[in-house]
Order: sequence, then structure tokens, then C-alpha cells
Amino acid sequence: MDALPPHMRPERSFQGLILTLQRYWADYGCVILQPYDMEVGAGTFHPATTLRALGPKRWNAAYVQPSRRPKDGRYGENPNRLQHYYQFQVILKPSPPDIQELYLKSLAAIGVDSHLHDIRFVEDDWESPTLGAWGLGWECWCDGMEVSQFTYFQQVAGVECAPVAGELTYGLERLAMYVQGVDRVYDLNFNGRDGAEKVSYGDVFLQAEQEYSRHNFEHSDIEMLFEQFKMAEQACRKYLDAGWKNGSSRKEHLMALPAYDQCIKASHVFNLLDARGVISVTERQSYIMRVRELAKACGEAWVHTEAGGAL
Amino acid sequence: MFQRTPACSPPRRKRGEGSKKMPDLLFELFSEEIPARMQAKAADDLRRMVTDKLVAEGLVYEGAKAFATPRRLALTVHGIPARQSDLKEERKGPRVGGPEAAIAGFLKAAGLASLDEAKIQRDPKKGDFYVALIEKPGRATIDVLADILPVIIRTFPWPKSMRWGERSARSGALSWVRPLHAITATFGLETEEPDVVKFVVDGIEAGQTTFGHRFMAPAPISVRRFEDYEAKLLDARVVLDPERRKDTILTDAKQLAFAQGFELVEDQVLLDEVAGLVEWPVVLMGSFDKEFLSIPGEVIRATIRNNQKCFVVSDPKTKKLANKFILTANIEASDGGQAITAGNERVIRARLSDAKFFYETDLKTKLEDRLPKFEQIVFHEKLGTQGERIKRIELSAAEFATHVGADVEKTKRAAHLAKADLLTDVVGEFPELQGLMGKYYALAQGEDASVAAASEEHYKPQGPNDRVPTDPVSIAVALADKIDTLVGFWAIDEKPTGSKDPYALRRAALGVIRIAIEREIELYPRGLLERRIKRIRANLSDEEISEIGDSFQRFFEDRLTVQLRDQGARHDLVEAVLHPGGREVGLLSTVRRVEALGKFLDTDDGKNLLAGTKRASNILGIEEKKDKRSFDGTPDPALYKVDEEKALAKAIDQVKAEAAAAVAKEDFAAAMSAMAKLRPAVDAFFDKVKVNDDDPKVRENRLKLLNEIRAATRAVADFSKIEG
Repeated sequence: MDALPPHMRPERSFQGLILTLQRYWADYGCVILQPYDMEVGAGTFHPATTLRALGPKRWNAAYVQPSRRPKDGRYGENPNRLQHYYQFQVILKPSPPDIQELYLKSLAAIGVDSHLHDIRFVEDDWESPTLGAWGLGWECWCDGMEVSQFTYFQQVAGVECAPVAGELTYGLERLAMYVQGVDRVYDLNFNGRDGAEKVSYGDVFLQAEQEYSRHNFEHSDIEMLFEQFKMAEQACRKYLDAGWKNGSSRKEHLMALPAYDQCIKASHVFNLLDARGVISVTERQSYIMRVRELAKACGEAWVHTEAGGAL
Repeated sequence: MFQRTPACSPPRRKRGEGSKKMPDLLFELFSEEIPARMQAKAADDLRRMVTDKLVAEGLVYEGAKAFATPRRLALTVHGIPARQSDLKEERKGPRVGGPEAAIAGFLKAAGLASLDEAKIQRDPKKGDFYVALIEKPGRATIDVLADILPVIIRTFPWPKSMRWGERSARSGALSWVRPLHAITATFGLETEEPDVVKFVVDGIEAGQTTFGHRFMAPAPISVRRFEDYEAKLLDARVVLDPERRKDTILTDAKQLAFAQGFELVEDQVLLDEVAGLVEWPVVLMGSFDKEFLSIPGEVIRATIRNNQKCFVVSDPKTKKLANKFILTANIEASDGGQAITAGNERVIRARLSDAKFFYETDLKTKLEDRLPKFEQIVFHEKLGTQGERIKRIELSAAEFATHVGADVEKTKRAAHLAKADLLTDVVGEFPELQGLMGKYYALAQGEDASVAAASEEHYKPQGPNDRVPTDPVSIAVALADKIDTLVGFWAIDEKPTGSKDPYALRRAALGVIRIAIEREIELYPRGLLERRIKRIRANLSDEEISEIGDSFQRFFEDRLTVQLRDQGARHDLVEAVLHPGGREVGLLSTVRRVEALGKFLDTDDGKNLLAGTKRASNILGIEEKKDKRSFDGTPDPALYKVDEEKALAKAIDQVKAEAAAAVAKEDFAAAMSAMAKLRPAVDAFFDKVKVNDDDPKVRENRLKLLNEIRAATRAVADFSKIEG
């Protein structure tokens, strides 16, 4: 680490922070994955977490996941709210006994010294109604700022976790703002260079935030989205039905992953519709339930696959 | 230093009573961070569960105290006998010569090899029977503890618990609030090296090793007994006792504020929570930009308190918030806390700029311009939208306005705007500021002060200790809001049942009752409902409405009874005044009647009249039963034979008229004084007159006269329902 050039240091550049976390968890033995190639609301939706959290097999993985929260867009005007941001996700199954220490060491690796800063584990029970999932854990605070979420999954996609996986989610922009000492997300130094060579977070994402805010709140094609939701829901069911080997015996499933993609799709489309404000309070609940039903059916299929531990 | 146990708890030995020094238990459960809100109850549960089990095992202890920090639950129980006493028990068996199966069962249950080991008890009446003498030697307490402690861990009542790690895949894996890492359990005398209570729970072996502060002293610590445990933890930067942590935080926070010329805004709930987030409290002060003080103080406080768990401080003279806050860190940082303070300041700055942005955005939209949105928001599936509800409240508030002496136009305006702040950004962020923000926004857009105040006040009173609105405009809107909620849920038959009251209807009714009593406004629940229910369900028939009205009236009577009882009134007095002469009494009138009746019954006149009336009622009851008829109707003056009869008849007429006039004026004290005049005549009547005269006509007439006593008193209260 000492050999790192300044522009690669986690406190100097956004990408340096990501690279440091990746190195740290790679060194621990995680597989370092790349982001899932679909729109998701959080790193948890990546099948490497949602589905891999289920079943008896050991699984340690880490990855960056771009996360989309259409409703959180602020046309680039809010210093810390974004409709697209990055999460760094770590999933360790079974949760190792020293997982808290591992987490604290990862903070140390990115320059957060626990003798200088006040690091706290504050109760935060996690529940995802759309994923049929819940767990217990904390928000991790550094000097009063929430920098990560820490969850012991108890249930995912309606299936009890056995064994339990530990999930760590780092809010990368916040963490970077903290270690870089920056108050506005767009001011983050992205590449760690100075002067003309410097690329800021704003250089990369400000225009996107403005454009997507317009899209999410004003122009997204509602009709198409309603249609897409229905199609994704139907396709998910179709793939789930078709995936059972030998039809009705329901012992082995062969298409859990493609079916789950459609569940992710439905979830994101719902978020887009929600951002347009076209879903009423009562309907909202029923949409959430429909996605949850898909997630549960996918979880049920997954535990009948090889990676899900069925074979 | 040990807590007193309440009177109802099992007996404990006093120190030194009849025995030498007895051993102590030290028990610690060391885990990952326990939610702050659960710690106090968990410590209490641990103490209760362990001491209950000890007592159940015949082990009476001297004292016990439990503690919690974010990472541990700890318990000390001192003065426990080293052994249980031996137990001798006689077990009764079957009769001599009884069936073989019964004898075999008896031998097995008593652990005897043959009947030779049993005694025979003589019983000349029922026949001789066998008795087994069972001697159960007492066990060593440490062995008993080794049995009970793991059971307590496995059955601990956490509000939410979880599994973790490799073992979570197995069935029967331990559940704990967060992963449990170590168990300390030692038992022994003060003067000796204590023994470890040997047990294993889900792979965790009880021992005598714990750990200090997560960052400042993480190394393992070997502990022997409570005294060195607490002291060693303190050396390892852990303050075990939550009360001590609270003291430190409060004292230091006040001191810090004072030193800079400010005053801490105390907050017990926040203090409890913060003390549950640290093992080693270090109090620091930070500041924020003065420009944020343009936001209402409550918004600043909610932001800093809810999101950051920090205290705010105020100027001791003006009581206005200062641009400072007080945080509680969990470490003594190597730079004296500069980085921690700077970090918290940055977060608070970001939070306050969010809040300021929300507040300023909110100010740009007039409250009434938000109202159309309510048309789309469902209040309750069966009760329509918020928009419809607001219209009903407006209508109702205007009706109440005349009743409570409020300006009708202002009341309408107030009801129109009272809920509008629910759609503002600040209330979206801090729901507990509903109403208050409405007031600020109303004032900012130039509304009348009464109209603005109603936004906040119409939610009150929220409970038995909350304040009751005083401004008539607020009173009218408060009544309209609560009555609309109540009538609405009655209309769709969603009444509270047992412990279930999801819409807080009991609280709403209590609010109505407190307003009626404290602001002296007469309200008739049935009428309130009957006049309004068609606004919610237009198709109800008169019969249905009357039925719902019955249940509404009863609900209010129940609530009123509870309320008066909570204030110390006798429940039988409430019963007695509720339906005089079958008519419904208003809420306020009921209360006044109860008060007047209570006072009257404290006087000799009252006590004697009650006795006389009861006597009349009893006699009537018996005779009515005997004759299978009632004795109502006016007595015939021609049949009066003695003076006492005539005097009573005259007194009744006079009292009836006076009492009725007084009741009509709602002057219950006067009604009671009128009633007092009955007493000498009633006393004299019972003294001199025999009711059951030989002449049936005279008897009937006298019974009718007794009935008149009952009737006369009923104008004020049903004396037969009064106890004693």
C-alpha cells in the first residue's frame, strides 16, 4: 500500500477508493465480480447476493454495483442526492465470526483510523419488501455519518438463509466525500489528478443526473413502462414454469437466473413508475407484492439448482 | 449499592442473617452491538430470569443487579447458598392390596425397588395405604447454575433475534439479538478464587474471559468476580453501569454548554439512547453556521436529534437555540476529538441544509394550494380520500364554532388549512412536526393567529397528559377532527376491540372528553354521531343509525368512566348518574353530577338519604317480587293514616320540584341540597310507619309512596347503583 502513487490513494480519488476496497476483499479471498448488467436499486439485487445468499454453499464475493433510485434524482442540484450512485457490496457466507473486525480493517485500508474517528454500529434492521427479505444489523457511522450498512441476512426471497450470510454495503460516494473532505458529491476527485488532468465526479455524472431527472420525473414513457412491467412479470412466470426439469416433479430447476432477471426488470420498472407519481398509495402496495411474489418464486427455483445446493 | 426488590418479589435473605458469607455469581453475555432501545429491558429480563430460577430451585439470594452496555449484558447475584438444602418428601401411594398396576406405577414414580422400601400408613376410615419416603439430596449451586443459565440464554425474550455464522445452518442454532461471542460465568466466595460455571451454548464455552472497549482496549481480560470485573472493565475503558454513563453525559454536556454561556436542552429519551450507543462516553461540542438559525428551532432540533443523536443548546436568556450542538463519542481520540467534531459538523451542516432547503421550498407554496393533492390521497379504503375528510371537518368545525363561541369564518379557515402541512417536505421528513409546521407556514402566509394556532392545537390533547386547546377556534377544529375520525370508524364498524385499537380511537375519544370537561363544553355523543354519520354513509337507515348511536354512546360512557376513575372518582357514582330517568346525560353534566354526588355522599345527610333510599328500594324490590307487580303511580292522599306519611308526601313533592328546577339549571349542588331535605321525612317515615299494613289498600299506597322516594332521587342519580 505504501508504494501507491498519490493519485491512486483512496483519500485522493474516487477510483482509488474503489480499487483499495477491491484489493482488500480480494486479498481476503472474495471473488471480485463486475457490476450486474441490469438496472437495479441496490447491490443486494445482484444475483451474486440475492440468489447466492440462499443454499448451503460457501460464497464470498465483492463487487461495485451502480444503483438506480429514480425518485432520488435532484437534477444535479442537491449536494448529496443522486438517482444513480455506486455501492460496494460484500457478501460472506457463512458470516465469519470476525466479520466486524474485517469490516473495520477495510475502513482502515481506505484511511479511516479508528483511533482518530468515532466508529459506531447503530441498530438498523433491514427489510426489503420487494425481495421478501429481512435481516438484522447496523448502520455503520463514522463521526456521525452513515458510511455502510451491515446486515446478517435471515431470509431472502422468502427462503430462510442457512447458513446466514453477512452483507456489507459501502455507500461509495459518501465514503469518498468523507475521506476526501468534500461537501458536494460533484466535487469529488474521480481520478486523483490535479489541474487540467483532474476529472471530477461532476465531470462524469452531473449531466447524467440532470438528464435522468428529467426523464424519471417528466418524460419517461408511462404506457411503455406499464406494459414492460406486465411483460417482465409474465416472462418471469413463464421462465419459472418452463425451468422445472421433468415438468411437475419440481425437484430441479434449470432457469432460475433468467427468470430472476425479469424480476429485477419488473422491480426497476416499478421504481420508474413510482418516480413519475402514477402509482397511487393503494396500488403501490399491490405492485410491491407482485414483485415480491416473483422474487419468492425465483428463490424457490434457485434452491433447486446446483449453485443453490440442490444437487 | 444494590437495588431494592419490590415488595412482591420473592424473599431474600438479609446479609449476615443466620449464615456466613455466601458465594456470588458473575454472569456476562458479550456480543456484537445490542440496539440501544433494547438494553434496559434486556438487563432487567436477565436479572429476573436468573433470580426467579434460583428461587424456584430453593436458592434464596441476598441481592442482584444487572447492567447493559452496547456490547454486553452483565449480572451479579450475591449471597447465594453454596448448596440447595436436602429435600425430604413423603409421597402417598395406593392402598394396601390395591391393583398391581397402581403399585407398580407408584414404585416407579417414587424410585423404589420393592414394596419393602415403602412405609404403610394406617387409616382406619379409608383403609391403609403405602407411603414412600423420598430423600432428595440438595445439589451444589454451581451445578444448578450450569443447568439453568444455558436455558435462560436459549429462551431469552429479545424483541427480535437472529442466527449467524456456520452454525446457523443447523437446526436448533442459537438465536441472540446479534452474534454472541463470549460468556463469563463465575461462582464463588469473595475470599477465594471462584469457579467457572461449566456449560456450553451452541459452541460457546462459559469461562472468565471478557473484552474491553472495542477500539481503546480490545485485549482479552480475565475476571474473577463482579468487583474486579467492573474495575477491570473501567480500566479497559468500559463504563458498565448505564446510569453512570448517563450521569457522565449529562454532567459533561451541561458543563460544556455552560462554559460557553449556553444551556443544554435536556432530552431524557435521547440521553437514554445515547448512553446505549457508547461504552466510554466522551462529550464534545460542535457548531453550525448561524444562517441555519433562520429555520424554526423545532426543525433544527428534530434534524440534529433524530438523525445525528446529538443534543442542542440554547441561550439561557432568550431560550432560543444557539448554533451549537453536543455529541457523544465512544472514544478518546488521539487528536482530542477534533476530527470527530469536524466530521459531525459536516454531517450536521449537510442535514441542516437539507432541512433549510425543505423549509424554504415549503414556504414557496401556499397551504391552500396543496389541498387539491388530498383528493388523490386515500385516508382509509372505506372512508374515502383525505380531501373528503377535510371537507367534512370544515363543515363540522363550523357547527362546533357556534357551540364553543368561536368565530365561524376563522374556524372554517382554520379547518380548511389544518391538515395542509402533511404535504410539506419538512413534515414528510419529520412526521412528529405535523401541525407545528402548519402553524409556521400559516403565520408566514399572513393567516390570523388563531387560524394558524389551530394547525398545531387541533391535534391536542394527544393523551392524558397533553395540553387541551384554549383558543375557541382550535377547540372547534379539534372536536371536528376527532369526532370525524370516531364517527367515520363507527360508520364502517371498525371499533376498537380488547387491546386492538389501530386507529387510536380511544385516544380520540379521551381527547373529546377532556375538551368537554376542561373547557366546559356540553356534548352528547349520540347526537354528535347521528347528525354526522350520513355524511360518510348516506344510505344508512334510521334504525341502523340508532343502533350505531347506541354503541357510540356506550363507548363514550365507558371512556368517561375510565377517565373519571383515573382521576379518582368512584366508578359506581358514574354508573349512578349515567341514565337518570332513562335519559342521556351530556359528558359535562355527567362529570358535574358525579362531583356533586360525591360531595353529597360525604355529608351525613347524603349518607342517611342513601341508606333511606336503599331501604325503600329494597322493600319495594321484595314486595314487587312477592306481588309480581310494580307500585308506580301516584299515592292517594286520602289513604294516609299517620302524620309521617303526610309529611313525607309533602317533602317529596317539594323536593321533586326543587330538584327538577336545579337539574334544569345544571346546578347539581342545589339539587343535592334539595334532596337533603328529604332525609328527616324519610327517617321519620321508616321510624314510625309500618309499610306492610294489614289493610292491603294502605299497604299499596305506602309502597307507592316509597316508589316516589326512589323516583324523586332518580332525577339526580340512581341511588340503587351506589355501593355501600
